[in-house]
Amino acid sequence: MLAKRLIACLDVRDGCVVKGVQFEGLANAGDPAALARRYNIEGIDELVILDVTATLEKRRALESTLRAVSAELFIPLAVGGGIRSEDDAAAAIDAGADKVALNSAALDDPALISRLAARYGSQAVVAAIDAKLEGGGYAVFSRSGSTRTPREAIEWAREAAERGAGEILLTSIDRDGTRSGFDCELTAAVSSAVSIPVIASGGAGTFEHFFDVFTGGRADAALAASVFHFSEHAVGELKAYLRDNGIAVRLEPGLSRPPTSNVRPARC
Amino acid sequence: MVEYGAGNLTSVLKGLTAAGADPFVTGQSEDIDAAHATVVPGVGNFAATDAISDRMRDALVRAVARGRPLLGICLGLQFLFEGSDEAPGARGLGLLKGRCYLLQGEVKVPHVGWNNLCIVRPSCLLKDVQDSSQVYFTHSYAAPVTDACIAETEYATRFSAAVEREHVFGVQFHPEKSGTVGLQILRSFTSFVCSRNA
Repeated sequence: MLAKRLIACLDVRDGCVVKGVQFEGLANAGDPAALARRYNIEGIDELVILDVTATLEKRRALESTLRAVSAELFIPLAVGGGIRSEDDAAAAIDAGADKVALNSAALDDPALISRLAARYGSQAVVAAIDAKLEGGGYAVFSRSGSTRTPREAIEWAREAAERGAGEILLTSIDRDGTRSGFDCELTAAVSSAVSIPVIASGGAGTFEHFFDVFTGGRADAALAASVFHFSEHAVGELKAYLRDNGIAVRLEPGLSRPPTSNVRPARC
Repeated sequence: MVEYGAGNLTSVLKGLTAAGADPFVTGQSEDIDAAHATVVPGVGNFAATDAISDRMRDALVRAVARGRPLLGICLGLQFLFEGSDEAPGARGLGLLKGRCYLLQGEVKVPHVGWNNLCIVRPSCLLKDVQDSSQVYFTHSYAAPVTDACIAETEYATRFSAAVEREHVFGVQFHPEKSGTVGLQILRSFTSFVCSRNA
């Protein structure tokens, strides 16, 4: 059974993990490589590094951060923030990212999705959509939530998928950092509209919120930051809770013997 | 490791290195002749394998005939077969019988995420992996279950998640992205290569 994925998001600025409430008021939460190591041990399924200020300040996600994090990880790693061009994406991938998340750049130049999908495969291209409820619909915002675009979230998700995006990372701006639950209505609407996986983001606060978004919200994966950052063992406990409630999750490890060391046989 | 422009090789290199191998990337058939083993990675459309030259294909087949281990990962596994519905004009290596097909059913495609291995027979590649272990997949097409299959996975249909025939190996999932289970599989491959060259 395909497991529902739990993804930890590291919002990084100047090489440090930060986490804001509704994208503002950032508070320091630690060293990205140390957090990545902890999450890997706890059994997180995937990591996303978002350089939250990269687009605004027009700089690339810190490649040294990426290298440090990817050196410790043998699970999928996505990166977002400041990916403006194929060269930016290539730099992130060379530094160890498996996937790049495109947000503002894809809104400015939707064909960038297709170009990156042709070069690296759709599995490497994540369309990140920041949506906010407005007048009965979901408006898409760019530039870390600061700029309203004429796009509507469901239509944009559909177009991104048609252009070759392999996944949608869908963030509810209304819920981001509030710990009041994912926007299940938004997530279900987008998930039903596209055939590619949808990662729900924004609002995780309790274990029940994850259950809700995997069932009613029809999410394929759920992303959270603060709920994992500030509590030890949260990943393992959350997985146990989900499993006990009938949600398929990944449970490590599946080895019949403990892993052998990295020492090569003498004659090799 | 064969470079043919199909995606990112950094993670696979890192995984093989962590597994104790000494990998290098090449597009030259002479390097395949000299290597102890070959890995064919790759992501994306089967048509990408068109970029693998006839010289390189000959070198791969020659290496296998000389008993050198070959591991195909993701698209690399599919390339071991005769072809794929994804790109009917593109030829696979034909080391394994069968043709890859599109996953279809009441599920989302592509198949992305962690899914279970159902181990169907003992093998060198999965000897230290428990049945039902979870590994990371990302693909839309899959290889059929044939007598080369050592582990199946179910997603819309049952497909070959891992294959092994003598010293030809393939995995549809990404061992370099599958945590401790994936690293163990890469270690088993590396040990097999070492035992061949001992």
